[in-house]
Amino acid sequence: MISKLSHASVYVIDQESARDFYVNKLGLEERMRIPIGEDAFWLTVSPKDQPELEITLMPINKGGMFKPDVARVLTEMVSNGTFGVGVFECEDVYATYEELKSKGVIFTKEPKQEFYGIEAMLRDDSGNWFSLVQRTDK
Amino acid sequence: MPEQPEYPRFYLYRRIVEAKLFIDRHYAEKLDLEDIATEACFSKYHFLRLFKQAYGKSPHQYLTRVRVDKARELLLKGEGIADVCEATGFQSIPSFCNLFKKATGKSPKAYMSEARLRLDEQEKAPFNYVPGCFADTYRWKE
Repeated sequence: MISKLSHASVYVIDQESARDFYVNKLGLEERMRIPIGEDAFWLTVSPKDQPELEITLMPINKGGMFKPDVARVLTEMVSNGTFGVGVFECEDVYATYEELKSKGVIFTKEPKQEFYGIEAMLRDDSGNWFSLVQRTDK
Repeated sequence: MPEQPEYPRFYLYRRIVEAKLFIDRHYAEKLDLEDIATEACFSKYHFLRLFKQAYGKSPHQYLTRVRVDKARELLLKGEGIADVCEATGFQSIPSFCNLFKKATGKSPKAYMSEARLRLDEQEKAPFNYVPGCFADTYRWKE
């Protein structure tokens, strides 16, 4: 019986730049950094209060995962904002929004009341987007 | 009685965020609530209420959390306990050890030992820490 999710993957264009974004801007913590060859790493980050969930920053263009034509297409799709990865929750979306904006995070949606809470949308440095939610339905 | 000015919400939030960032930057110094409230241009009690509303913690609880997180980083790098205590703004080694254990469930010494052991094992057998499905699919072991 499945008990939990331990890893989820995000495809990133530049792994070190992504690491800087997730750790120094979003405030996640680095969990694993294992060399996998070709100047790439098995690199995971987690929210500080959720260490059991690791988000793997998968490098599109290094580590030999994809053939060049596939990597090119995936890079274009990611940078065009094709992929919505998931939902981050926070205590107060307005405070988090102001802080992340001051750190240069790009928001595609300002905080807005939805039926489940107040939601904003942000993009990572590759183009992947996330919802940022303060739940008000719990 | 003169009416209190109503500030736009974003203006209040920016001041609270600046206070939080002030803690992030100055955690190693001796800080108290008055300093932080002054930085945010609030009265102490108004600041405490707004900060807790925004972050789910009091400013003091948040400051302790920042200090413990920084201490964890330094211990992982192999820094000594006394040096970490000083570098993170804790008042004394016993106070540091007590607050660290309360936050992490482990003493700084135990945390450091376990972390070092894990890092040594990762270095000797790195692919024990990478899910096999990924390593096999992308042939990282070859």
